[in-house]
Amino acid sequence: MADATLLKQVKDFANRANPYPIYARLRQNPVSLQDDGSPDGTWVAASHGAISSLLGDPRVSSQTLPPADRPRTGNPITDFLIKPIKDRITDHHRPFIFRDPPDHDALRAAVMNQFTRERVQGMRERSDRLVAELLDAKRDARRFDAVDDLAYPLPVTVICELFGVPREDEPQFHDWATQLATALEPDSLTDDDTRAKNSRTFDTIAEYMGSLIKDKRRHPKDDMLSGLANEATPTGVKMGDYDLIATSILMLVAGHETTVNLITNGLLTLLRHPDELEKLRADPARAPRVIEELLRYEPPVQFRTRTTLSPIDIAGVTIPEGADLVLLLAAGNRDANAFDDPERFDPDRKGTRHLGFGGSLHYCVGAPLARFEAEAALTALARRLKNPRLVEDPPPYRPGAALRGPEHLLVAIDGMA
Amino acid sequence: MPADARPERIVVVGAGLAGLRGAEAIRAAGFRGSLTIVGNEPHRPYDRPPLSKHVLTGQVAADASQLPSSLGDDVTWRLSIGAETLDREARRLRLSNGETLPYDRLLIATGTRARPWIHADEAKLRNVFSIRSRDDAASLRATLAAKPKRVLVIGAGFIGCEVAAVCRELDLPVCLIDSSPSPLARALGHTIGAYIGEIHRGRGVDLRMGSEVAHLEHADGRATGARLKDGEVLSADVVVVALGAVRNTEWMTGSGLSADSGGVDCDDHGHVLDESGQPDRSIAAAGDVARFPHPLYGGRRVALEHWGHAVAQAEHAGRLLVGEDLPVPYAALPNFWSIQGDMVVKSAGLTDGADAVAIVQGDPADRRFVALYGRAGRCIAAVAVDSARWLPAYADKVASGAPFPPIDTATDRPLREPEIRDPGFA
Repeated sequence: MADATLLKQVKDFANRANPYPIYARLRQNPVSLQDDGSPDGTWVAASHGAISSLLGDPRVSSQTLPPADRPRTGNPITDFLIKPIKDRITDHHRPFIFRDPPDHDALRAAVMNQFTRERVQGMRERSDRLVAELLDAKRDARRFDAVDDLAYPLPVTVICELFGVPREDEPQFHDWATQLATALEPDSLTDDDTRAKNSRTFDTIAEYMGSLIKDKRRHPKDDMLSGLANEATPTGVKMGDYDLIATSILMLVAGHETTVNLITNGLLTLLRHPDELEKLRADPARAPRVIEELLRYEPPVQFRTRTTLSPIDIAGVTIPEGADLVLLLAAGNRDANAFDDPERFDPDRKGTRHLGFGGSLHYCVGAPLARFEAEAALTALARRLKNPRLVEDPPPYRPGAALRGPEHLLVAIDGMA
Repeated sequence: MPADARPERIVVVGAGLAGLRGAEAIRAAGFRGSLTIVGNEPHRPYDRPPLSKHVLTGQVAADASQLPSSLGDDVTWRLSIGAETLDREARRLRLSNGETLPYDRLLIATGTRARPWIHADEAKLRNVFSIRSRDDAASLRATLAAKPKRVLVIGAGFIGCEVAAVCRELDLPVCLIDSSPSPLARALGHTIGAYIGEIHRGRGVDLRMGSEVAHLEHADGRATGARLKDGEVLSADVVVVALGAVRNTEWMTGSGLSADSGGVDCDDHGHVLDESGQPDRSIAAAGDVARFPHPLYGGRRVALEHWGHAVAQAEHAGRLLVGEDLPVPYAALPNFWSIQGDMVVKSAGLTDGADAVAIVQGDPADRRFVALYGRAGRCIAAVAVDSARWLPAYADKVASGAPFPPIDTATDRPLREPEIRDPGFA
């Protein structure tokens, strides 16, 4: 009988620095039922084959969020008139990461339509300049925090500029994003306190976005939010306000909470593999290989949750209808059936089909941004950090098991080139 | 030499996708002897799918679809030369230039050619085109770029639909004619074909289904239009004939192989069969021309005109000829795609013999859907229209012969029981 407590161990903060041995044990059963304290347990897919198949299975739904239920205030008008309407609006206008076709497809297409070649190319060049500025600011330092000094401010600035969020408003997003990102952690969905905080944060950020959208309608600029607010897609789709608010919140939170981990996990991994750091320094053209391997080896999003609409026969088990499902992307990324010598960090491996950006119709919308931001950051770090050494290994981690990455990554340096 | 001895000379007849991938597999399997590729076109192998799509819109030049290859200089190319006859007794191929070419092993990959227009004299008119070769596509592209007033496409199969869609992308008036009740009716049945017809109609294609062209009208060596069987005359300054393909098997006449206009018969390993049904172990066939028993379809012999199939089968046949021990008979699930303007039609499995069809995902009204075909209570094929991401899930059902109708609920299909319909094959 397989160990049913493994998912609990994955969530346990004590295992945050190295969950991979637990993933290896989970992988012994491609799909298993885990006891995580929920009444019916949670099904976990841990093999590359099972995850790939379930990512593209039409019987698997992304509508995992429980119905909105804002906390009562004690004011009867709020609680019995306004709250039900607000809850209903929230339920009907979730961000598209939590939605299924056909609505998901229309919303996603509208966003993709704004990722124009010019815009992406422009942000690519901007990333290189931003990295240079951020590192120049630490020119005389002997100690460098990869998170606070580079990995956090870079993607945040990029996503805010891309969306046209005024720079002076950015700091408030930090706490908002951290709070809302907990929606990707399974336990937060059942924790009343977290849910209450999330709905308050959502309402606050929605209010902010609502007024920003009004402003973009009155004074359109060349940014994605102006485009989404004012333009229809080629197929004639134009988002309503509630979808626009939910979509822009999704993009901003994703921009705050994922790439930071790719860059930080990237530097951490390179510092643990100094020969690879040296190779990247000598040949910056290796960066795309290094980044694809990082997305396999230390993916910023370790797992995603789903639910089943029908029973699914897979890998010798039947996942029942209505089951909670965890797709353990980071475990599939180290499956020996898909990758030779999977526990080895090897940017030169051939033909990797990693699950670092997920797959199928929810494949990461921001993948191109993540790739060039990571490329800008890691090539500059490899080139400019003089004799970098990890101050703490493992570094302190942020709480999330799904969005996993260091809270800080202190690096001692002899200077900055 | 006996069939089980090590071959020294291998000849590949046919320099298309299957011929190339077969030759590469022969080298990859370690064969170091002489390898000759015979092709009746002047070009090295090139990719054909773009010829009816992006080459016609001008996004890709006709000569830009050369296939990348791992073959080195140790291959003899005999181009602009066809095979004339095959003498299996002497293991010799006679070529169209009179030469003879001896072989120890032969890979047959002669593929197909476009089925010509029914009246040979009309087919020669300067503005009457068919699409098979790179040169065909280049001249049709040049003609379409000159903004003709109306294009007439005869035949609403995949190629005809692709060409009609290209014309609309180029903002050219186009008329699509077929005797079937709807486009793609022979491949997908009238039920699904009708939905696809609506999409084309919505994009401005003048659909003339259930119509037949009796003759092309012409003057001064150019077609001026078409006279339909009901007497109507449609004017046009370009005519595209898209009546499907004919398999290139004439050169095998007299060889004793079991070959006809439907292809050359193979056993389940890929060796060709003679007229008494015995395999010739020195010859294998692959690609459009090979008719082989498909395990998924009860061992019925099928010849598939599918790109991915040509690659997979050619690799299999190449390794087979070199003498590799291949454990399982070749059994990949047939799959196919067609890009018609901005609509992508992808399929897995074969619809032949389907007795039922159901829309299992999406909605034809949204122009995005997946149709699942059943025969005798099993899933036999799936067709995705602008829903390619979902196809693998349904392909699994086809590959495993899952029960039809499926009882699953899918993300954008809240109905538990899909409506089962007659697929509408004539």
